[in-house]
Amino acid sequence: MIWGWLAAAVVLGSIAASVAGLWLGAGFQPDRFVGGYTLGILGFTVLEAGLSMLLSVGLAIPAARALARRTRFPGRVPLIALLALPMVVPPLVGVLAIVQIWGRSGLVSRAAQALGLETSINVYGLTGILLAHVFFNMPFATRMLLQAWASIPGEHWRLARQLGLGGPGVFRFVEWPVLRRALPSAAALVFLLCFTSFAIVLALGGGPPNATLEVAIFQAVRFDLDFGLALALAAIQVTVCAAVLIGLGRLQRTAPLGLGIDPPAVRPDLDGRWGRIGDGAAITLVAAVLLVPLAAIAVDGLLGPVAEALSRSALWWAAARSLALAVGSAALAVALGLAIVSTLRELRVRHGRPRLAGGMEAASSLVLVVPPFVLAAGWFLLLRPVLDVFAYGLGLVLVANVLISLPFVVRVVTPAATMTFERTWRLADSLGMAGWRRVCLIDLPALRRPVGLAYGIAAALAFGDLGVIAMFGTNDTQTLPLYLYQLIGAYRMGEASVVGLLLVVCCLGLFALGDRVMGRARA
Amino acid sequence: MIQLSGVRYRYETMVMAYDLTVERGSLVTVIGPSGAGKSTLLNLIAGFDRPQAGRVLIDGQDMTDRRPAARPITMLFQDHNLFGHLTVRQNVGLGIHPGLRLTRPDEAAIEEALARVGLAGFAGRRPWQLSGGERQRVALARSLVRHRPVLLLDEPFAALGPAQRRSMIGLVEDLRTDAGFTVVMVTHQTDDLHRVSGRAIFLEDGSIVADAPTRQMLTNPPHPAVAAYLGL
Repeated sequence: MIWGWLAAAVVLGSIAASVAGLWLGAGFQPDRFVGGYTLGILGFTVLEAGLSMLLSVGLAIPAARALARRTRFPGRVPLIALLALPMVVPPLVGVLAIVQIWGRSGLVSRAAQALGLETSINVYGLTGILLAHVFFNMPFATRMLLQAWASIPGEHWRLARQLGLGGPGVFRFVEWPVLRRALPSAAALVFLLCFTSFAIVLALGGGPPNATLEVAIFQAVRFDLDFGLALALAAIQVTVCAAVLIGLGRLQRTAPLGLGIDPPAVRPDLDGRWGRIGDGAAITLVAAVLLVPLAAIAVDGLLGPVAEALSRSALWWAAARSLALAVGSAALAVALGLAIVSTLRELRVRHGRPRLAGGMEAASSLVLVVPPFVLAAGWFLLLRPVLDVFAYGLGLVLVANVLISLPFVVRVVTPAATMTFERTWRLADSLGMAGWRRVCLIDLPALRRPVGLAYGIAAALAFGDLGVIAMFGTNDTQTLPLYLYQLIGAYRMGEASVVGLLLVVCCLGLFALGDRVMGRARA
Repeated sequence: MIQLSGVRYRYETMVMAYDLTVERGSLVTVIGPSGAGKSTLLNLIAGFDRPQAGRVLIDGQDMTDRRPAARPITMLFQDHNLFGHLTVRQNVGLGIHPGLRLTRPDEAAIEEALARVGLAGFAGRRPWQLSGGERQRVALARSLVRHRPVLLLDEPFAALGPAQRRSMIGLVEDLRTDAGFTVVMVTHQTDDLHRVSGRAIFLEDGSIVADAPTRQMLTNPPHPAVAAYLGL
């Protein structure tokens, strides 16, 4: 029990330290909260997050429906598996892909020129931000909604066939009710992810008018040293995020992380010609949104100046730092997460305190409300008087990455850990198994898969993250994503393509290491 | 009259074979261990599963290639017979029009059917406000407004208590004699069957191994497998 409380205290303490830092460093300046600048930033953030959410979820509805309806086309299973991929693709690499496809000398404009057409898409600005957000969030939303379809009881499909419901009836009576339940949380989650988007907006925003709150906080702290402004922006951001979460009640407890492919239900409404065409179009669209950028990353990376890019020692130093950061922060996140989960399941099952357990789970997810950038700004202010923050930058980045990964770890491990505990605690108690014996003999064998998956996600997230490091990074503490960001900033796009591909390969490798190697039960 | 002649259905490694005749207006109870193919038998009659060989006839008409909605059949499942977001009235009304375009006489028919199953005044409620037994009564009311002469029951009363179950079976018996339904009922609770008329068939490994009047099946089984199943 004690370890879980300690872990929760560490999480809450690091957040409290940040708040204290912001408060002490900046003081309370009420006049900074409402002004043309802050309102402009807030307006743009709401606009891009709202549009990204509408586009991602709006496109995900037909895509998820088509994937749920058509259960036999070739490539369905790999396509559904690939929907999870953007989760472990670093945001900057997604940016790179969008530039390679839609940019001035990208795929689309070259194709248009070949046809003698003029294109006037400017990816630097709202358009590019939306394209990147759709790449990252539409597959994610599709996956979430696909689970809603999978939750329809088989009897309802048989009932629909028996009652002779046609397409409209099936949608109205069978599909819409589950969709209506799943939509708010999918929409809210996508909105929050885009509202707190940093790397994408930093790289594609092209300047202050197109900045999210996160980017504006970064600029206020790093370049303007205007901490009053940073505090005001942070307060606005936390308020909006908390309001979205509270307004929604609570986000669905089970994050769609497992790969569920369900036995196909026989549906009565599949024969229409227009239905076929519509489903085909929706599936083509989701495949294009997902696969074209991935293919662009792979092709441009392989065709780029590979030897030149890989010959730079700064690249390898950055990669080594990222690797150490990823391996270390994932291990810490899993350790903290397991401590929290082991306590919250005891609270829930043995002590019958579901509210306390829920509170603990919420505490581990606080970074969803208090984003890492706000945390970093606070730590920066708190620690600046006592030590050289830039020299210890990697340490702060490590802590931030642990906090970013923690909600994923807790969500992935909690269901299996709670179920194992429910099944075994009476027996284990009666046999006198406790502490490490229980962990080694009962929990580890049962939880190998979710723990491996959690480690893989945490390591991939940390390896690809360009967040807090942008605040504290120097040439001596550069990570691979920061190195890539500087290449993009210097318009060395050829080298950037190569580094981007390397980054994706490393993230996938780390994810596979967790999911496949650690998660695979030793027979 | 329901006729299954030479029906063969393969599911994974199990091959099921059914030859069965159910007289019009009669009640046939299907018993047997789990995994014997009881639900599959109902799914084949209802059209949710298609046989690989053989024909399914109802009143002399070939049903084998008809989709479920085109068969004169209503089937009740163990659970999820109602749509949770619709009212009782709408759930019954779906049996009249699959798009819920209901006329005044339709509304009256719904009220009448609800009264018949003992749920007068329940039309405005939603499934979550009902007990398990009441939900299955709503499903029975829907089968009344559909006017389909065959009623298939796939253990819809399994989750109810003994008294509830007996009263539901009594209701089904009343509906059978009043509305002239032909009923095929799968059940595990053989205790409820002592007061039930008609025939019982016993299934094992996908085929019918015994077929006898219900009372005889329960008290003087014609086959040793039935005796073993009943624990006699």
